[in-house]
Amino acid sequence: MYRYDEFDHDFVQARVAEFSDQVTRRLAGEITEDQFRPLRLMNGVYLQLHAYMLRIAVPYGTLNSKQLRMLGHIARKYDKGYGHFTTRQNIQFNWPALSDIPAILADLASVEMHAIQTSGNCIRNVTADHFAGAAADEVADPRPYAEILRQWSSVHPEFSFLPRKFKIAVTGAERDRAAIQTHDIGLHLKKNAAGELGFAVYVGGGQGRTPMIAKKIRDFLPEADLLSYCTAILRVYNLYGRRDNKYKARVKILVHETGVEEITRQVEAEWQELKDADLKLPEADIRAIDAYFAPPALTDRPEGDEAVKLARLDSKSFSEWLDQNVVTHRHPDYAAVTISLKGIGEAPGDASDSQMEAVADLAEKYAFDELRVSHEQNLILPHVARADLKAVYDALVDIGLATANSNLISDIISCPGLDYCALATARSIPVAQEISLRFASLERQREIGELKLKISGCINACGHHHVGHIGILGVEKKGAELYQVTLGGSADENTSVGEIIGRGFSSAEITDAIEQIVETYLGLRLDRNEKFIDAYRRVGPAPFKEALYAGEAKAA
Amino acid sequence: MKVLTANRLTDGEAVWYANGGWAEIIDHADVAHDKAAEDRLEAIGATAYANNEVVDINLIDVTVANGVVEPVRLREKIRAAGPTNRSDLGKQARPVAARAA
Repeated sequence: MYRYDEFDHDFVQARVAEFSDQVTRRLAGEITEDQFRPLRLMNGVYLQLHAYMLRIAVPYGTLNSKQLRMLGHIARKYDKGYGHFTTRQNIQFNWPALSDIPAILADLASVEMHAIQTSGNCIRNVTADHFAGAAADEVADPRPYAEILRQWSSVHPEFSFLPRKFKIAVTGAERDRAAIQTHDIGLHLKKNAAGELGFAVYVGGGQGRTPMIAKKIRDFLPEADLLSYCTAILRVYNLYGRRDNKYKARVKILVHETGVEEITRQVEAEWQELKDADLKLPEADIRAIDAYFAPPALTDRPEGDEAVKLARLDSKSFSEWLDQNVVTHRHPDYAAVTISLKGIGEAPGDASDSQMEAVADLAEKYAFDELRVSHEQNLILPHVARADLKAVYDALVDIGLATANSNLISDIISCPGLDYCALATARSIPVAQEISLRFASLERQREIGELKLKISGCINACGHHHVGHIGILGVEKKGAELYQVTLGGSADENTSVGEIIGRGFSSAEITDAIEQIVETYLGLRLDRNEKFIDAYRRVGPAPFKEALYAGEAKAA
Repeated sequence: MKVLTANRLTDGEAVWYANGGWAEIIDHADVAHDKAAEDRLEAIGATAYANNEVVDINLIDVTVANGVVEPVRLREKIRAAGPTNRSDLGKQARPVAARAA
């Protein structure tokens, strides 16, 4: 993975020193909250319901063992023994004292991490496919490009005060696991007919109160033009994006209001001015960054097949975990493992200090020191020899992280909601927990099959409810929590925004409603192979509306 | 009825104005029963903010039951107790004796 060079080290150290000084001056009363607030936000420090919150960047979701161990250390020493992995592949700590944050940032800097640009109207952490570098279906590893974008966008003077925040995601496979069409810029790394690498470029996706699917404005952008083209997009946005209304300030609104043809014309015109100048990426520079992401030396481990076969016979639970949480690797003797942070009845995305440390140990021992955070709030060991899978599984059982529910109904994405968040209007985590407990039986979950359920505790949609096969949005109505259900959303290469199915449900009703939706699906699917999302796309909302609301219509 | 709440500058701890200072629990917060009392609390909040003691000052609606103050809105109930999914965290996790003190 990428290692800081001298410049990176100096840059992060200088920022730690600068922000430490700002914190000291704030605590001494030398600067006011109004002066301090934008400074703390630039360094990932929010104020939430119970305390400050620190959001730490995990660039494109990639971590090594030392870094995860440090996160565990921070959880134990400065927080309350746990951290929360987010839908943007970052981690948040919910209870740090402001006075401890300089020490936390110094600890993070010692392992090449920071919290810069995890807030504010700037280019945020660039996210990527969590199986990058491991996936069998990948054209090339998208992370070198994410790293190039990171370097370019870090404290970029022109793009530090955009109309609104700006999120970029990159995937290197046809099968989109990075939800690129829900981002301000989505990049799909691919090869053209000549075998050259480049990107399909999508612009103007986003969720929040106005969900929009990104529009493809270029089918193939040569890799050398990545920065000049992104600069052109950002320039058009920076110039024409609305600053008069926070709710209309994202690039999705600009693209929507301007029209895709016109915005494409503007971007292309801007790009013509830039493309042959100093933003053109020299081949040698791209390959130099590439080298940091050179795959680990995966020696052949052909004994894995037999080992897995025997272990399957020996343990039904291992076999189930293998079927659900282990995916094909580009090397046939290896696999990528999803470590579910969605234990039945647990808060989605939370991991304790000791779990983080134990997972770090596993990565060191069995996975070439590499880890990923997925936007679905799980951890990934991207390179595990099949021969070692049983050992990894046994170790995960010991720390309570062997739940075999990847992509099943209890693998819920959930924002922190009103239990932590100052913006939230309803709770998310307890809803996720109750649904998870209702569907606790893994046998039942497997019978249901792939089902992506996503919950947000307010209209800002951090829990990605718009693109859940089943989405739940919590709002406050007449002083009580009310949960609106959307169906048919999806965040993959066939991105769609879910449709509101009808009136919302109280917190006491919502789990029953979800069960009703699932039972309706089971009753109408063609066979076990027809997934929920496919069945919904075939039949539409009518049967689900009927199941949920028919009684009411008659009663009325 | 309203009480004055904020978060302490140094550590972000949710606090309520009570008896001349900032208490870490809401139970015995000073209650404003009329507009004049609300104005007084607001002025106290503004001063504490200016003195860099607290941030995010708000007057919130409450009821009083058996001499104990309770917030009206769920958001403020959660602030006063802690995350509803983690009874081991926040004010709710403190021993009752400590809460009464």
